[in-house]
Amino acid sequence: MVGIRMEKPWLDLSAEAIDALPAQLGVYQIADGQDEVVKIGYAGGLEQFGIRTALHRELEAGGTRFRTELTHGYLTRWEELLMVHLHDHGELPAGNSTHNQKLGRLRIDGAGPEQKNEASTKGAN
Amino acid sequence: MDLSLSDEQQMIVETVRRFVAEEIVPLEASLDPDAGALAPDDFERLVKMTKEMGFYGLDIPEEFGGPGLDTTTRALMAIEMSQHRAGLYNPCYGTFGGAGLAQLYEATEEQKEKYLYPTLRGEKKGCFALTEPSGGSDPARAIQTRGHEDGDQWILNGSKLYISGADKADFALVFARTSDDPGRNGVTAFLVDTDTPGFNVRRVVHTLRSTHYATEISFDEMRVSKDQILGELNRGFAIANDRLSRQRIPYAAGCLGAAIKAQEMAIEWAKSRETFGGALAEKQAVQWMIVDNEIDIRHARYCILEAAQRADKGERFRTEAAMAKLVASEASGRVVDRAMQIHGGLGMTKDLPLERWYRELRIRRVGEGPSEVQRLIMAREILGGSFK
Ligand SMILES: Cc1cc2nc3c(=O)[nH]c(=O)nc-3n(C[C@H](O)[C@H](O)[C@H](O)COP(=O)(O)OP(=O)(O)OC[C@H]3O[C@@H](n4cnc5c(N)ncnc54)[C@H](O)[C@@H]3O)c2cc1C
Repeated sequence: MVGIRMEKPWLDLSAEAIDALPAQLGVYQIADGQDEVVKIGYAGGLEQFGIRTALHRELEAGGTRFRTELTHGYLTRWEELLMVHLHDHGELPAGNSTHNQKLGRLRIDGAGPEQKNEASTKGAN
Repeated sequence: MDLSLSDEQQMIVETVRRFVAEEIVPLEASLDPDAGALAPDDFERLVKMTKEMGFYGLDIPEEFGGPGLDTTTRALMAIEMSQHRAGLYNPCYGTFGGAGLAQLYEATEEQKEKYLYPTLRGEKKGCFALTEPSGGSDPARAIQTRGHEDGDQWILNGSKLYISGADKADFALVFARTSDDPGRNGVTAFLVDTDTPGFNVRRVVHTLRSTHYATEISFDEMRVSKDQILGELNRGFAIANDRLSRQRIPYAAGCLGAAIKAQEMAIEWAKSRETFGGALAEKQAVQWMIVDNEIDIRHARYCILEAAQRADKGERFRTEAAMAKLVASEASGRVVDRAMQIHGGLGMTKDLPLERWYRELRIRRVGEGPSEVQRLIMAREILGGSFK
């Protein structure tokens, strides 16, 4: 069974760190200086060099810390991580605030806080 | 059996084929290869088109406002609608609308007001919660979710596994054991709002399918009122059997659509790709793969149309629907596998839809009843009642 939360240690986001990664598909989290998740993203089949391309974009956007998980099921895992974040924090990370597809509700281990993010619980699919 | 199409069917098939080629495939080119949804604007625009075409809500019976298509025409449309990358589990990305769970049409008027009509208007979504960790092939015996009567309520406890869309659903059709009968006569179907306390989606279940993931749910002292029973107490399996058998036909047809497209791609590639001084299409080994594909496709098409035609004539079609589901899911898997082989390395990549169909068709041999269970259904009818 895949662990529900991403719990790997954070790494500093730098061009060198990114280029050391395999050019695979997967999901990632970006954190701020306090290791608070500010964005959950994925590197899908359209990225030229998989997770490297996606993380270089995050570096340019000012991301400072990151962690990754390589997976072919990147879309499901990405959605799962968004749901888990919503469950744990009651809202999506700032970098995902424009997410416009309906997200599911998980009750992982006892009650989570009220979900505040309206955009994330309404949607078009 | 007459396999020719009426003029009307031919026109419908061509209309859907054009819609897929001109509206869906171009949008798909810029989506992630595993994507399961269109951008909201595109979705709305295409829904408007299918409404104008008079095809929205394809599976809604005519008396509920649907287009009133016969099963054969519906199957022919399903063959066309799945001929794109996401087509197996998201034919045309849902732009032809949904009909909701088949069982809802057997609900009381009050239940229809609460669940069916909002579903048909696109305001609510339901999920189907039958399979449990203890098994899904033989749910009548495997169901361990237990209902206990408490005044005018039932209290449900238990869990369900592989339930598609439970995390996003507004309501669930939940099957629970409500008597000491260990078989099908002890199971009741309940319509449950997913915000009911005790309805808990515990996790996402990761499968080969990249979109529409499955979930695991638990019911923890979940209270439902007696008027949430769908149909009769302890008769949960007696609901909508005819509609459920009928649904196997477009399910099979969806498998076939992907196979037809894979075969088209294989033929085109075999004609243009050269090895050892000549086109792949000149090699007998490749020709045989193409021929075997054609045999599989025609066999599946025959079984699907036979089942559909019998259903339209009001004849028994349970065996034929099971055969169509089994043949189409297995044959289409083989066709896509051969098409990948003919494409070599390219066939393994996400540059083509083949690898996605390959993964998703594998699920089709288990989902909606594994091949072995389809054989069991057929064996019962062929051998007669005493060999159950
Ligand atoms: C992606 C996905 C989505 C799903 N979505 C839903 C959903 O929304 N709702 C829902 O209720 N269920 C859902 N399912 C569950 C699905 O219907 C079951 O997986 C299926 O019915 C088989 O049940 P099981 O997995 O418990 O296998 P089991 O019942 O344990 O059977 C295992 C295998 O044994 C073999 N077998 C079983 N019976 C016989 C027999 N009599 N003779 C010979 N061989 C036999 C078959 O090969 C079968 O595959 C989903 C499954 C998947 C993979």
